[in-house]
Amino acid sequence: MISHLTDDKIKFLEEKANEIRQSVIRMLLEAGSGHSAGSLGMADIFTAFYFHISKHDPKNPKWEERDRLVLSNGHICPVLYAAMAHSGYFPIEELKTLRKLGSRLQGHPHREWLPGIETSSGPLGSGLSQAVGMALAERMNVKNEGSTADKTKWFYCFMGDGELDCGQGWEAVMLAGREKIYNLIGIIDRNNIQIDGFTEDIMPLDPLKDKFESFGWHVLEIDGHNFNAINDAIDEAKAIFEKPTMIIARTIPGKGVDFMEREFSWHGKSPNKKEAEKALHELRTLGGKIKGEHE
Amino acid sequence: MLNESQKLNPKLLDKDVEQTPLRQGYGEGLLQAGKEDENVVALCADLTGSTKTAIFSKEFPERFVEMGIGEQSMASVASGMAAMGKVPFIASYAMFSPGRNWEQIRTTVCYNNSNVKIAGAHAGVSVGPDGGTHQAIEDIAITRVIPRMTVVVPCDAIESRKATVAAAKMKGPVYLRFAREATPIITTEESPFEISKANLLRNPKTPQATIIACGPMVYNALMAAEELSKEGIEVSVLNNHTIKPMDEEAVIEAAKKAGAVVTVEEHQVKGGMGSAVAEVLAKNRPTLIEFVGVQDRFGESGTPEELIEHFGIGISHIKEAVKKVLERK
Repeated sequence: MISHLTDDKIKFLEEKANEIRQSVIRMLLEAGSGHSAGSLGMADIFTAFYFHISKHDPKNPKWEERDRLVLSNGHICPVLYAAMAHSGYFPIEELKTLRKLGSRLQGHPHREWLPGIETSSGPLGSGLSQAVGMALAERMNVKNEGSTADKTKWFYCFMGDGELDCGQGWEAVMLAGREKIYNLIGIIDRNNIQIDGFTEDIMPLDPLKDKFESFGWHVLEIDGHNFNAINDAIDEAKAIFEKPTMIIARTIPGKGVDFMEREFSWHGKSPNKKEAEKALHELRTLGGKIKGEHE
Repeated sequence: MLNESQKLNPKLLDKDVEQTPLRQGYGEGLLQAGKEDENVVALCADLTGSTKTAIFSKEFPERFVEMGIGEQSMASVASGMAAMGKVPFIASYAMFSPGRNWEQIRTTVCYNNSNVKIAGAHAGVSVGPDGGTHQAIEDIAITRVIPRMTVVVPCDAIESRKATVAAAKMKGPVYLRFAREATPIITTEESPFEISKANLLRNPKTPQATIIACGPMVYNALMAAEELSKEGIEVSVLNNHTIKPMDEEAVIEAAKKAGAVVTVEEHQVKGGMGSAVAEVLAKNRPTLIEFVGVQDRFGESGTPEELIEHFGIGISHIKEAVKKVLERK
């Protein structure tokens, strides 16, 4: 079960998230293209999962008993790759190969190229269906074995808020509600931006909580940059039986880099050399500030 | 003149030949595959009766997922199930799966290399009165273009059952194409069937042309060949059930022997089985070809028999095409 977060652990996670953000900036600069805002915005949640919440083994990515993490909005893979590298799946040095010919770090994640990736994703709206399929299959497997081992495996799906425009996601929402898949936990990166602008201008999503509740989900709303809130939400989700849980995580796109924060123009853009230097400087300074607050 | 080694239905050329829909073979094959492998599961988008998925779901309700009218999610849910070791079969009308959910099949199944089998029922104009909206005549083209996809178009209900069982046993995505109407039983239990192994059903000593057909149109091809034989024209008939990966050797051999080819399919000629044959022959053995199929049009309402004639895929049209290709020889 999830352990309580100590102050030391929180400090550790904050430092890790900061390192991961710096890696994200460096790899995007090297690649010359890619998605900055969402990658930075989800850095805290990815850090929480790879360094505290998820049951996984970087040295044995195919471990049968691992939790499954499906990244539906594949375009924020820089933060996925960075979290994987920092937790030991592959050398941090390899992050530089992002989006290059022959790299295992494809522009959008590819399951076969990089061990530890649960599914190849990119085209939006299909991740939740896959996570639902995994959880349904697990339930059948467990029934075959006649045990209750399914309690030990959790199925997570990270998705963007913009991709909730897609109809397919709602097909999956209905199915998961009907099937009462309690070991399925979705996390929506609620950063309110998509390529063409703010989500509520492009295609209003609110009241989002009501929507999921009406389909039979347990819904939580949290600050996606607060490690305690992330951890507590997962604890609560695991305690809810008979229902899948959707966590609406409010995040700031571009979080940690002042000039990128809340700017939808940074959704699908990578920083140039000057911007990257500025961003890295800011992240390093912020790292100092966080340390100061907790010391 | 029928190839004895194929052990075809002895009543094949009779007027009262037994007729069964291909999709019946799918349901029976699915049940058999499910009995042989407990990992076989079925998903269906609100069409368990029409797709014959019900034959499986009645026996194994706990291994069946009713998707409602959600073909897109169905493809991706199946991909997720395959990731956990299942062998999912998804079924709907071909128009909706692989039609409506093409991108999900392309990305979450094929790009992802998921072991998902796609059963498209009600393919072809012989769907009949429902009309053009429901007649999938583009499905071979859109599936064969996807890397890793195997595409099988069985000729009768028995072959459909064998193809379904074979699909369950092989790893990787497979598209199985079935028609709605009851069509003649061409093969028997003893007939050979192997994915990617075309069967030469009719093999005259010195064929003047060869008809390469797939699906229930194989029957029309055989009937055309019979009638042509009475007129003194001898043609061979190849049941080219696997569009991809195609039995190139058999296609090249048949073309080589006859020197002229007629392809027959209940599908658009642009991008279909005939196009795939042309790709093989243009590269390996340039041969004259006539393409019998739907000529860049949409389907419409009518009885199946009327539509097959209306769209120029009937026995008389195949005969005409053979004569035409012989004139060009």
